[in-house]
Amino acid sequence: MRVQIERLPAPVWLRSLIPFISIFLTFLLTVGLVLAADANPLAATYYFLLDPLSSRVRLIEVLVKATPLLLTGTAVAFAFAGGYWNIGAEGQLYMGATAATAVGLQMHGQPAWIAVPLVIVAGFAAGLLWAVVPALMKVRLKIDEVVTTLLLNYVAIYFVSALLNGPWRDPISQWPQSPDIAPSAIFPKLIPRSRLHLGFLVALGVVFILWFVLTRTTFGVKMRAVGLNSAAARFSGIGVERTTFIVALVSGGIAGLAGASEVAGIHYHLIDAISPGYGYTGIIIATLGALNAVGVALAAIFIGLIDTGAQTVSRALGVPAYLGDVIQATLLLVTLAVLLLQRYRVTIRRRQPT
Amino acid sequence: METVLSATFLVGLIAATLRVATPLLYATVGELFTERAGILNLGIEGIMFLGAFIGFAVAAQAAAAGVGAYLWVGLAAAMGAGLLMGLLMGLFSVTLGVNQHVAGLGITLLSISLSLLGFRLVFGQQDVLPSIDPFNQLSPFANVPMLGPIFNQYLLTYIAFLVLVPLSWWLLFRTSFGLQVRAVGENPEAVDAAGLSVYGIRYFVLGLGGMLMAVGGAFLSLAQLGAFTPGIIAGRGWVCIALVIFARWHPIRATWGALLFGGVYALQLRLQTLGFDLPFELFLALPYLVTILALALAGRHVTYPGAYLKPYRRE
Amino acid sequence: MNQAPPVVAMRDITKRFGDVVANKAVDFTLREREIHALLGENGAGKTTLMRILYGLYQEDAGQIWVRGEPVAIRSPRDAIALGIGMVTQHFALVPPMTVTENVILGTTDGLRLNLKAAHQKVAAAAERFGLSINPRALVEDLSVGEQQRVEILKALYRHAEVLILDEPTAVLVPQEVEQLFDSLRRLQEQGLSVVFITHKLHEVMAITNRVTVLRDGRVAGTVITRETDQAELARMMVGRATFNIPERENGHQVAERALVLEEVTALNNDGQPALKRVSLTVRAGEVLGLAGVSGNGQAELAEVLSGTRAVHRGRVLVHGRDVTNANPDAIMAAGVGRIPEDGRANVVSEMTVAQNIALEHLGDFTRRGQLDRRQMRAYAQKLIDEYQIKARPDDAIRTLSGGNLQKVILARVLARHPRVLVVSQPSRGLDVGATSYVRRRLLEQTDQGAGVLLISEDLDEVLALSDRIAVIYEGEIMGVLKPAEATVEQLGLLMAGVQA
Repeated sequence: MRVQIERLPAPVWLRSLIPFISIFLTFLLTVGLVLAADANPLAATYYFLLDPLSSRVRLIEVLVKATPLLLTGTAVAFAFAGGYWNIGAEGQLYMGATAATAVGLQMHGQPAWIAVPLVIVAGFAAGLLWAVVPALMKVRLKIDEVVTTLLLNYVAIYFVSALLNGPWRDPISQWPQSPDIAPSAIFPKLIPRSRLHLGFLVALGVVFILWFVLTRTTFGVKMRAVGLNSAAARFSGIGVERTTFIVALVSGGIAGLAGASEVAGIHYHLIDAISPGYGYTGIIIATLGALNAVGVALAAIFIGLIDTGAQTVSRALGVPAYLGDVIQATLLLVTLAVLLLQRYRVTIRRRQPT
Repeated sequence: METVLSATFLVGLIAATLRVATPLLYATVGELFTERAGILNLGIEGIMFLGAFIGFAVAAQAAAAGVGAYLWVGLAAAMGAGLLMGLLMGLFSVTLGVNQHVAGLGITLLSISLSLLGFRLVFGQQDVLPSIDPFNQLSPFANVPMLGPIFNQYLLTYIAFLVLVPLSWWLLFRTSFGLQVRAVGENPEAVDAAGLSVYGIRYFVLGLGGMLMAVGGAFLSLAQLGAFTPGIIAGRGWVCIALVIFARWHPIRATWGALLFGGVYALQLRLQTLGFDLPFELFLALPYLVTILALALAGRHVTYPGAYLKPYRRE
Repeated sequence: MNQAPPVVAMRDITKRFGDVVANKAVDFTLREREIHALLGENGAGKTTLMRILYGLYQEDAGQIWVRGEPVAIRSPRDAIALGIGMVTQHFALVPPMTVTENVILGTTDGLRLNLKAAHQKVAAAAERFGLSINPRALVEDLSVGEQQRVEILKALYRHAEVLILDEPTAVLVPQEVEQLFDSLRRLQEQGLSVVFITHKLHEVMAITNRVTVLRDGRVAGTVITRETDQAELARMMVGRATFNIPERENGHQVAERALVLEEVTALNNDGQPALKRVSLTVRAGEVLGLAGVSGNGQAELAEVLSGTRAVHRGRVLVHGRDVTNANPDAIMAAGVGRIPEDGRANVVSEMTVAQNIALEHLGDFTRRGQLDRRQMRAYAQKLIDEYQIKARPDDAIRTLSGGNLQKVILARVLARHPRVLVVSQPSRGLDVGATSYVRRRLLEQTDQGAGVLLISEDLDEVLALSDRIAVIYEGEIMGVLKPAEATVEQLGLLMAGVQA
């Protein structure tokens, strides 16, 4: 008996099933851990997938969780689609959050229509600037961006930490957190008495722009050509370095928006743990969403669901919330494998008797 | 400034450099082998993390059960876990042939989250960080001035510099195994046509590399700290990826890279205590910045293995 | 005539790739000490059949016997154990390693490698088989002919009694072909049996004892070489009348200079000079053929003229306009159309036919940054109809066959009415029908006044299409000749670097 992997497109019905196959396989693979934590897998599944959808309040909370994920997912998807391996969304997010805080702190006395846009611009600009060095090293020196963007994440986090333990330390509480930003710089709420804020709309807007750029513009075709086959793109007269550079910077900017959104939408000040790894989760979301806008949106909301569920599972069943992270990582790996179904037909066959 | 140049300062700096370089050396050599076979294993950060956790958790359990060699049991368990994760990377990068960047990051995310979950399940939420008695340091020149404090190191450090590096050089360049590994990383087709198993060699090397990465992580929890914390690896795996490029896939040059990073790291630790009026976090960031700078200076025009990042398929 | 069982017997071999049947119930017998040609067009299934024998593919149905014993060959390891060796078209060598390391790869037992002893063993084997080669040389420093010798030595070193050669002459100059044939005859006397995969009839007549002809994956017949002739073989191979290239009248001579290279020097990827003061002139309405053995600077020249490789010294002029070191965009704007050597590598395989056609001039389909997808598709459909391409505008281009892909690239370039065409290996890997279509289209361009630089390693192609022939060797132009004046021997000497 032998397994053959042939390069043939799968039937369309199978392709649309890919997310569901992935989720089901992930469930099978992680059920052992739930049992190891002395919990009932069915109850855990309920809390993970259904409880967050069971009430309006919880549903809104899923969207709140999904907001930074929509942004980092889009940032990573945009970069990956253009063939730039930006693993630095985490650091770009931290720098975006820092700049947003810095601007927000100066906005006392300014009206919201000035303060809020400035905070958004600051977040985008800081994320973009943080992406400049690895992007330059990539296009000028041909140095792999994976390592440089990863290393800069740590630099960004230490930088924030230095600020919070130094100049920005809250003078009253002495906690390592910044003072609150001006009230006018705080993102308005979309739904009264909920945590859903303007950042969610910004995120949806960015996802829409991703869709528009990738499918409707000439730049989208160019960047995808660069991402899929840079030699062919160069041959066809596309400025590969220029395109890569733009993609890298815009990706960094979008990740920076996620930081601004968390500061101005949720915390109102900068903290050390402004992101529990949203930048890395963005990679999961981009992969799950197959680097397209609709996919990224759905994947971000699904991961938001799991994140919310992980908190509930932790409270209700005593399973550590880290289980949610394990599920997400498993889902990423399973999806990577299942995505092959798009391109290959796997056949298991017996050899004829000889 | 006098303190910086004093003999004690230098001796302490050298000793610390060797210590900091040790985990990097294990993991860098592990990564070097897999990349020589054409596979970039970005699972390295997670595998180090998992090695640190499994090593500590198993050692702590063994110690509680009264096993004398509990540290070695922990180390063996860590290597087992590293082996499994290396093979899992093989499943994705060799058999399935998916994108190695994403697969490796997936392995890292999985390893880290599994470790954190496992730590919570095994040790619960405690106010005091659980700890064990770590490995002892060996002092062959205890009574010699200068040499005494410098060579007051863990056995794993001596093994790293005196056994691991020469042995991996010998394996890569003086054995049939090394010939096959290098060939598979340059042109797997040649290896296949020679009747050897491309998949077999790559899986073997990934398993070996995973074990070495796990030893690097376990060194931190079993020797240096005697404890496990979420910040235990803190990007050292990514530094190792950079060191492999810096070393141009050569174990001897990898040693210099590890020492450079170790030196900067040890220096910033010492500078912190000298009372410069700068936040200590900026010193903590220094090694990462120096790594990036080293890449910028040395990472140009390096020749990657011919089949780097390319899964092998008979077409 | 032979009582002993044949060395290799393959019966009823069938192999499918997806929906394509590559081999259909193929029978093939190799006798001891014979050189047996496996003849057929590109895509006829010759290589597939031999890759099955070497264990690189598994047959879907059928049976193989070696020396009368039924065998199952699952991998090259099994094939090597049975005394079968294969030299594939793309050499399976590790360039940065020495000859010895390449030869002994996989043959050593034990862990420790004694390189000194290995060098001596390899040198002894090379001498025994009459293949002169320096065991300590790095493979990347060897000429293609020498690399081929290393491949043959690899097989013989593993005690091969059956040697499969896949299109071995494609990379050799005529003199090297003679050397190869001499070696093969000598090895045949020493007891070797050879399968010789080729599509060149004169080689079949020159070296082989028997011929098996494959057509569309089936056996069209097996004949004894001295009882047949080229005409019969051609009929068996093609199964229809061959397409003829229209005779060209060499009328347009005094035309203006379309493309001029003035002492162009360019470096290869390792920073070594790949082109050394190359001067060439292509006039409007003529085909200038550039002959040469693979790896003598042709690829770099094509890249220089595509705008993807920097010119170190010298100038490139298109109709008098200086395009030295211009980017691909500017070169296309100057009227240069480029048909690259490897079509697959120069399209974006996951994108659609329409996108790939538009890729070289996206600006024409852009309205204020937005892509006019309807116009892009309509344009693609127009070209598809005009060039009889079997594809739809929205098909991913990777799904196209080699012939259709080449037509897409051809259409993409020719539809923009280039004044200069730079064409590399336009018919490599195409069947007879597609080859003649592509060549006819190219010649049409000269009638419309375009100057064509034809870079090809296929000497027959260069001879058939060119008005003048330049020969390149190690990055230098060895001479420019008229086809009527040039003999194959003369060209061969120039291709080997011997100044006539």
